[in-house]
Amino acid sequence: MTISSRERGEIFAITRGEEKYLSKINRWVKAGVLVAGVIAGSVAMAGEKIRIATEGAWAPFNFVDEKGRLAGFDVDIANALCAKMKVECEVVAQDWDGLIPSLKVRKFDAIVASMSITEERLKQVDFTERYYSGGLRFMGPKNKTFDTTREGLKGKVVGAQRGTIGGQYLEDNFSDVVTVKLYDTQEGVYLDLLAGRLDGALSDELPTWNWLSSDKGKSFEFKGEAFAKDDQIGIAVRKKDPLKQRLNQALQEILKDGTYERINQKYFPFSIY
Amino acid sequence: MDWSVVAEYYPRLIDGAWVTLQLVVLSGFIGIILAIPMALARISNKRCINQFPRLYIFFFRGTPLLIQIFLIYYGLSQFEWVKNSALWPFLREPYWCAVITLGLHTTAYIAEILRGALQAIPAGEVEACRVMGMRKFTMYRCILLPRAFGIMLPAYSNEIILMLKGSALASTITLLDLTGMARTIIARTYTPEEIYIAAGAIYLLISWMFMAFFKLLDRYFNKHRLVTV
Repeated sequence: MTISSRERGEIFAITRGEEKYLSKINRWVKAGVLVAGVIAGSVAMAGEKIRIATEGAWAPFNFVDEKGRLAGFDVDIANALCAKMKVECEVVAQDWDGLIPSLKVRKFDAIVASMSITEERLKQVDFTERYYSGGLRFMGPKNKTFDTTREGLKGKVVGAQRGTIGGQYLEDNFSDVVTVKLYDTQEGVYLDLLAGRLDGALSDELPTWNWLSSDKGKSFEFKGEAFAKDDQIGIAVRKKDPLKQRLNQALQEILKDGTYERINQKYFPFSIY
Repeated sequence: MDWSVVAEYYPRLIDGAWVTLQLVVLSGFIGIILAIPMALARISNKRCINQFPRLYIFFFRGTPLLIQIFLIYYGLSQFEWVKNSALWPFLREPYWCAVITLGLHTTAYIAEILRGALQAIPAGEVEACRVMGMRKFTMYRCILLPRAFGIMLPAYSNEIILMLKGSALASTITLLDLTGMARTIIARTYTPEEIYIAAGAIYLLISWMFMAFFKLLDRYFNKHRLVTV
């Protein structure tokens, strides 16, 4: 049997191809070793790194800006605290109802997500001192007037975010007279207010204030006065984590040196401490 | 693990399970009703007839159910004319938005399952109908559709189970189905393991019920395949 020159060329080509393939594998292995080395090195060099979680859907406290980065009052406070503690921080986003469960299983070390200090939460986690205070307030469309009493709200559809103090207040005090609709995010509440599915909403006064002064919220207004004004917002850490004391100290420092006031002014023309 | 929360909250989980069951049954019903004409049009040789079902199936199978739910719930409500239409009392409610979306979604899948089953009927049986001189309508009503239903049962029961699990997405539009209820309870008790395990067990129970139901249907429609001892 003779092999034509054409066939011989093909056989040659196959061996060449295999060679190429082998050298490719070789390269990948080398690259892999290199990458692993770099990662190991950087982990060893980085030292302490604190992971801080926020929600990313609670403007202006925490939201995703037009460049896709987390921003807002909470994020600025978190970064200021880290700068004071002289540690490297990474701010990550996590859905609201997964925040406390994820903190407990060490997905991150602290929650700076405008979380109110409540007794129910204190059973699960520890909180620092407050870094701002808030209150609850109803809102609704300007063309509808209603009292925010049980009688006034009778038969209304009122929305709130699931797992917030506003949502639980509605469930505990109004669920027998109003239809309570619970949303995954506050933005869902705003969307359904605009769609006309909701007669009103209950949430923290400050984010609502921010939305009402935006273009989208211009046909809505606060209803009634703010209440539950003893609401204190703190940073959640795991139980007995010494990080709490360090955060508290850093908080005192940024309150003293004016950093806090500067961040406050960026978002609100009045003090929210 | 603290199982007392399950004991405390199980009535609310049952409420949620009831909503889930309604969603699956109602959307499954819409699905089978719409899928029959859809599948028949799909197997037509005429382009003008089979084009719409082709596009419909392409769209609903090719996009995620979550996106479809958001499009119908948040998307449609952006248009003033939708809010002024006679459909708004329905589209206003998350319940009906979920039923409509799940129904339209499962229609596409059932239509494809039914089409496959119709095409799997042995040619000899179709010829036998023609030899008997049956009209097309009689042939489909009395022979082909019941036959196809028998053939598609396993795939169809599969689809219903998938819808049962897909219905969990209704919790994203404020509906308190089993998943929505579980998440609402967890937001208060912070006991995700216990409540999710309980919810999972209820889902298993529901799918077991569906499987038992389809076993009965299978015995009825596929009598000819039962081996008699």
